[in-house]
Amino acid sequence: MIFGLPVISVAIWLPIIFGILVLATGDDKNAPLARILALVGSTLGFLVTIPLYTGFVRDTSEMQFVELHDWIARFNIHYHLGVDGISVLFILLTAFFTPLVVLAGWQVIEKRVAQYMASFLIMSGIMIGVFAALDSILFYVFWEAMLIPMFLIIGIWGGKNRVYAAVKFFLYTLLGSLLMLVALIYLYNQSGGSFAILDFHKVELPMTAQILIFIAFFFAFAVKVPMFPVHTWLPDAHVEAPTGGSVVLAAIMLKVGAYGFLRFSMPITPDASHQLSGVMIALSLIAVVYIGLVALMQTDMKKLVAYSSISHMGFVTLGFFIFNAYGMEGALLQMISHGFVSGALFLCIGVLYDRMHSRNIADYGGVANTMPVFAAFFMLFAMANVGLPGTSGFVGEFMVVLGAVKVNFWYAFAAATTLIFGAAYTLWMYKRVIFGAVANHHVAELTDLTLREKVIFAILAVTVLGMGLYPLPFSEIMHVSVNDLLVHVARSKLPL
Amino acid sequence: MTMQNLYLLVPLAPLVGAIAAGLFGKCLGRAWSHRITIALVAVSFFASLAIFNDVLAGHVFNGPVYTWLISGDTSFQVGFLIDRLTVMMMLVVTFVSLMVHIYTIGYMEEDDGYQRFFSYISLFTFSMLMLVMANNFMQLFFGWEAVGLVSYLLIGFWYKKDTAIYANLKAFLVNRVGDFGFLLGIGLVLMVFGTLDYAAVFANAASHAGDMAPIPGVSWNLMTAICILLFIGAMGKSAQFPLHVWLPDSMEGPTPISALIHAATMVTAGIFMVARMSPLFELSDTALSFVMVIGAITALFMGFLGIIQNDIKRVVAYSTLSQLGYMTVALGASAYSVAIFHLMTHAFFKALLFLAAGSVIIAMHHNQDIRYMGGLRKYMPITWITSLIGSLALIGTPFFSGFYSKDSIIEAVALSHLPGSDFAYFAVVAGVFVTAFYSFRMYFLVFHGKERYDEAPHDGHHSADAGHAADAHAHPSTSSGQADAHDDHGHHAGKPHETPWVVTLPLILLAIPSVLIGYIAIEPMLYGSYFGDAIFISENHHTMSELREEFHGAFAMALHSLTTLPLWLAIAGVASAAFFYLKRPDIPAAIQKRFGFIYHLLDNKYYFDRFNDWFFAGGARGASGLLWKFGDVKLIDGLMVNGTAKLVGMFSGVMRRIQSGYIYHYAFSMIIGVFVLLTVRTWFE
Repeated sequence: MIFGLPVISVAIWLPIIFGILVLATGDDKNAPLARILALVGSTLGFLVTIPLYTGFVRDTSEMQFVELHDWIARFNIHYHLGVDGISVLFILLTAFFTPLVVLAGWQVIEKRVAQYMASFLIMSGIMIGVFAALDSILFYVFWEAMLIPMFLIIGIWGGKNRVYAAVKFFLYTLLGSLLMLVALIYLYNQSGGSFAILDFHKVELPMTAQILIFIAFFFAFAVKVPMFPVHTWLPDAHVEAPTGGSVVLAAIMLKVGAYGFLRFSMPITPDASHQLSGVMIALSLIAVVYIGLVALMQTDMKKLVAYSSISHMGFVTLGFFIFNAYGMEGALLQMISHGFVSGALFLCIGVLYDRMHSRNIADYGGVANTMPVFAAFFMLFAMANVGLPGTSGFVGEFMVVLGAVKVNFWYAFAAATTLIFGAAYTLWMYKRVIFGAVANHHVAELTDLTLREKVIFAILAVTVLGMGLYPLPFSEIMHVSVNDLLVHVARSKLPL
Repeated sequence: MTMQNLYLLVPLAPLVGAIAAGLFGKCLGRAWSHRITIALVAVSFFASLAIFNDVLAGHVFNGPVYTWLISGDTSFQVGFLIDRLTVMMMLVVTFVSLMVHIYTIGYMEEDDGYQRFFSYISLFTFSMLMLVMANNFMQLFFGWEAVGLVSYLLIGFWYKKDTAIYANLKAFLVNRVGDFGFLLGIGLVLMVFGTLDYAAVFANAASHAGDMAPIPGVSWNLMTAICILLFIGAMGKSAQFPLHVWLPDSMEGPTPISALIHAATMVTAGIFMVARMSPLFELSDTALSFVMVIGAITALFMGFLGIIQNDIKRVVAYSTLSQLGYMTVALGASAYSVAIFHLMTHAFFKALLFLAAGSVIIAMHHNQDIRYMGGLRKYMPITWITSLIGSLALIGTPFFSGFYSKDSIIEAVALSHLPGSDFAYFAVVAGVFVTAFYSFRMYFLVFHGKERYDEAPHDGHHSADAGHAADAHAHPSTSSGQADAHDDHGHHAGKPHETPWVVTLPLILLAIPSVLIGYIAIEPMLYGSYFGDAIFISENHHTMSELREEFHGAFAMALHSLTTLPLWLAIAGVASAAFFYLKRPDIPAAIQKRFGFIYHLLDNKYYFDRFNDWFFAGGARGASGLLWKFGDVKLIDGLMVNGTAKLVGMFSGVMRRIQSGYIYHYAFSMIIGVFVLLTVRTWFE
């Protein structure tokens, strides 16, 4: 409780209310006010989530901070919120990134400032709602609502091809979600008239039904992750999105899909999950290897990092579907780390783009000469992307590889190629952009980071290193929930 | 101070130095940056000495520092194992690091990145210490990759130089290939033993000796699989054939780090690791054979390449490759203590040779081509004498440190009966001649003979000769990145002169152990009880016990060498180098012409670089382009995504016609519909 108000509701609605207030500041004459209001709102939004971590009881997998109210009584739909060890960290991650995104767009966004800031605040609240919803219809509403601000962010503040990218993004993800709605309604009937996700977990289902439901959920979640072969919207969306949009997309929105697998697919259809795990593992490994290779030849920095994201998310789905503790905890840690690292990398590219208005690797070279501080930060985040021990990027990959060896050595073999490919595409890009003699007069005129940018990067650097050197605080909170999930998934739900 | 705090102090002191010089270097200024880092590395060295005394008194420590992660039932910890093997590595690392720190004051004097350089080498010292002090595989991998990172940063220290940033990327990627195997090896260890703790793994290793590896589709022995995978990591880090390709290029980095990282410490991490894992390697003869053959190939064939190099640093680099091969051969012969012994003596004399080379490079105004040196002994007496000591130690002159370690390796290989040991014996014996030849070729060309330092092509020190780019841009003192700033400490500034004391002092301090340490340490390290339980040798491997029987004291060993082949090969090597490069310098040129084919083979380093560039780098880029353009762009986006969109478009184009808006169309279709429904209904009734 915060001032007598339930914590999760505050975490969801406070940024949304601030978002509406920011909108109310109107046109760009009031832009400074809109910015300050957005920063205050997003910072408060992060602070109110902290009790979720500090007050979290670690030795239970029960839902905590639960809120339950009637919503649409006719269909037994509730306003039902709560967190467990799996979801709680993502709420913090979401709230953590909002102030950074607001800061990152501080000077760069000059048009429709209020709407821009408001979109991020509102989206932040909605995404927290996705992670906290325990009623599947509430989940679905948040899930779909999340698309709207992102669609606007790409479509309004995006690059040249923004409309194509925005529509592609919207249709891709919408089509995926519709099948999920069908599955939810089917489960409503099977569970005897409940939309509660935890009730779905208990429903016995024959194999055919499980497989169909798994496939329905798969389309919704795989598109978001994104998994191969439904990943092609991501590079386009990233390239066209403004920096802040890319950050949220990579850091949070991709995690929503992976989270769906844990909250819906695996516990609701455990038998189908086992049955189809071979396919899921194959798709994950294709993502790691194939996408890792594709990333190598990208000429656009954002596209490169976008492909790198897909490749890293391959580790997440691989970790889930090998069904052991190393894999699953590794995957969750990878999700959090990938949030920090990909967010940081998109911010780095944003810093360059703001100055040079180009994302093209070939337009750069020798940036270290004019931006040494930036080069140092970029090096750290690049190394985190490469999965260097001591950075957060190492933890998840290491654990997932260890988990994969347990299941099948060759899975680990394929996954571990990221050690080479990841280093190749990341550091080759770094070399061409940052190292070398000053490439042209644009690079010669670059100015190093401003104080505002330094603050953003310093916060992320501390987080990335902190998580790399001491991941225990991140993992112990999820420990019991993950073990319980593994036990649950190991139990058959086929009717006897 | 308790011992535990002392253990922590050893790695943390350089870390603090690295942070201070790295983050606050600007405020601290140059002098304070080097004072702080040097003082802290000195603290680390003296703490290591204190620990050494404590360990000699019989105290071994194995315990956690903190819990890194708990997953499932496994707890991953950061912890220290302080035993005799560890403490020896700690001494070597901190001592050489201290020497290099001091030397750097002189070598990097004019460089803009002065504080950054000190920060990096202190960070390296921290990482290397964490590596050797680890008590589990996870932390080992941590240190393993961390030293790789600092090596990457330091090779590319002069980031404006294209060759430097090519070399550092190459070094990182080749090392990553090794780490790929290493990580999978660690994965197998965890899977089989359920823990990554050394002590627990080693204690249970023997009970898994006969197991099959849990790798679907192949039937390998478990220990063989684990050991070879781990050794692939060592091949990357310790630059063993065929993953050796990065080390010669790493010479693009400043000379102090060539001494510290690419000769004395980091590249020996692989040797250390295998010695540490002796309880595992001892269980697989196959793995040991593999190790020995790889080492032998490296020892001999990399030595050949040293003969034709003209860049002073590259000669030493190939010599390092070859010596690492010697150590690896010793590991394969189950003579772990001999390998570590050679690691230690090599650390001293090779660091000495590199730093002496750096001293010469300073005197030559950053010209590194030995063809344009000569006669320097008159002008640089300290550098000259210390180089001579280093070279004598390297070629195995009796009573010098290198003699004891190298001769022991040769003896050990002679006693080994594993498959491949005959080849290995041939390689290490033939290698003695090669080593003596290239070492003294360089020594004579640099310090004796005609003074040729005025003959360098006018622009010579900017691009040396083809393919062997020198430290040309050693001092990028202008921010514009142009190399023209060099000319102000010009090329023809008169006679060369001895370098300042900060440079020569480390040379002298390194020369002392290069001479003495072998004589002092051979008995306790190889035949006494120095290593105790730190190294495990299976009862089936008799190399060390037989070696012990033949040993009758360090002095007798040196005398006995007069009757053995290696010493005479070494003498022959020195004599031929003297003949070819002092008496008849025309002969090498003639040979080079006559045997052009061999020369080209060597000059192109057996074409490994070209092959790798073409096959691996080019292949990856080609595959990447293909997958992207056809897989993602054409197949998925073109056919499936946009294809679906087109299909929907076409379909709706047809459907649109039906929605014509004319009432008589709709009325007509309603009539048809009613008619159809009625027909169906009557039909079924």
